[in-house]
Amino acid sequence: MNADSDGSDTGVQADLPEDEGQWSARLRRAAVNALPPGRLLPDRQPAYVASWIYVFGALTLAALAIVVLSGMVLAIEGPTWWHLSRVGLFVNSMHMWSVELFFFFMVVHLWGKFFMAAWRGRRRATWITGVLAFVVSIAAAFTGYLSQQNFDSQWIGTQAKDGINATGAGAFFNVLNFGQMLVWHVLLLPLVVGFVVVVHVLLVRRHGVVPPFAPDPGDLVAPEVVASAADRSVTR
Amino acid sequence: MLQLRRKGARRFRPDRDVEEWHGRYVPYDIIKEFVAAFLVVLLITLGLAIVLSSPDVPPVTLKSWSLRAPLDFAQTAVTELAGTSPTATYGPPYNSTPGVSQTIGPVSLESLLGVHHPINTALDDVIDPLRTLPSDPALASAIRRYTAATAKAQTGWTDAYGSALVHARFAAGKLVTRPGDYGPVAEMIGALTTMARSGALDGALVSSKQFYGTDYTKPLLFLADGTYLANLAAAQHLHGTQWGMMNETGNFPGQSWLWLYTFWYQIPPFTTSTNADALVWAIMVVLTVLLALVPFLPGVRSIPRKVRIYRLIWRRHYRSLAGGAGGAV
Repeated sequence: MNADSDGSDTGVQADLPEDEGQWSARLRRAAVNALPPGRLLPDRQPAYVASWIYVFGALTLAALAIVVLSGMVLAIEGPTWWHLSRVGLFVNSMHMWSVELFFFFMVVHLWGKFFMAAWRGRRRATWITGVLAFVVSIAAAFTGYLSQQNFDSQWIGTQAKDGINATGAGAFFNVLNFGQMLVWHVLLLPLVVGFVVVVHVLLVRRHGVVPPFAPDPGDLVAPEVVASAADRSVTR
Repeated sequence: MLQLRRKGARRFRPDRDVEEWHGRYVPYDIIKEFVAAFLVVLLITLGLAIVLSSPDVPPVTLKSWSLRAPLDFAQTAVTELAGTSPTATYGPPYNSTPGVSQTIGPVSLESLLGVHHPINTALDDVIDPLRTLPSDPALASAIRRYTAATAKAQTGWTDAYGSALVHARFAAGKLVTRPGDYGPVAEMIGALTTMARSGALDGALVSSKQFYGTDYTKPLLFLADGTYLANLAAAQHLHGTQWGMMNETGNFPGQSWLWLYTFWYQIPPFTTSTNADALVWAIMVVLTVLLALVPFLPGVRSIPRKVRIYRLIWRRHYRSLAGGAGGAV
């Protein structure tokens, strides 16, 4: 920082033109172009976004946040804590039920988006990342069940090994290795889930909520409104 | 519609394209929505955790198994020693038993990737753990005699002792069988059963290579080879024919999202196929890829428009259009 003649600090960058070829500047421009602040954190939305089904995306994210937070508390004390402590059992119960809610909300969200054909209008990547988030979340939850160190873990592991081994993945993904499954559960898969979900949410913010299908004549009563539907522009 | 046919423009497809929204916008606080959702989910989670808790049935150990079902343990141990147990004959990734790998068409992925967690059940589950026991001349002699014997002699002893165990009983801390030519096998299996009942076998199988052990592959495979674990699972409605691992002990929901994966195991030909696992996984991979590619699949991507459930979701929008108030497309 420099000091002006009046003693106040001004940024050096104010005196320099932006280096347009700089990687940082190019990344900043691309990010702002792709997601201007008003689109990233909107305070307006189209009037057609008026149904309870839209709440399930936010509910899924909220449940994921509680899954992560309760998992972090479990991680602080280590994997055996919840077997030995009433508080630990309670935190584990929160972890388990938030996972159940997470999947319930996510599946309702997925079906809702399917029936809206939410991939329309250059939103295919949003749909694909949503499906990817669902699949990776299943793997994350699965490794959680394997990391419980109880009868469920034993049975699920000894049953699941046959399917995993049949794919060849058992060579490097050993469901009977508690240490390996725990690391996948608390580090690798949460990172992937978090990354995919962030990309998914950014895509939702970038492209917005998919507009309704054009109304069929049978959907509307007022004929003049039907006629106006033909006068439209299109986004693919 | 004419403007849709302008030069360079593709034909409008309602299952792929949308009309830009030129209608009304309404206030929306995205942060407030998330905070409200978080609080609601937190309250529901707290309520479920307080009222229903979570299941935690203690794990089965080799000790608990051999204490409660010593004959089942001993019978399983004999098959491990003989190399006839499910684990001993599993194939990759545990060993190289020929002709047992599952295939998808002509391809066996598990054979391609080979043996990555080598297990010799006779050595790993029986002989090496016995060698960790404090000096016992009779046992040491039995192990030497067994390992020095021909394969034919070993098979004869294990077959005979395995058959004898079917009619055996467990009394005064010992396996009691009818007299027979069991060679050193009776001594070895008796010692292994005693070792398991003391709890020493659990530790020996986990910490055979290093002090800090987290790999439970060997003891879990040993447990799974017996019938004790499976009987407990059946009582907890966890068998494959009971929709298996998507369930959880007690009345908890478990991994209900695995229903489709588990479903295939309930119907022919997967109920009897020796390739069921490979085939079910292949089906699930294909279905998952198709789900991801729904936006590109003609016919499938038209389903939402044709079943018209969207009219329920956007009913206010269509109602407003019908009434001519705002929200023009």
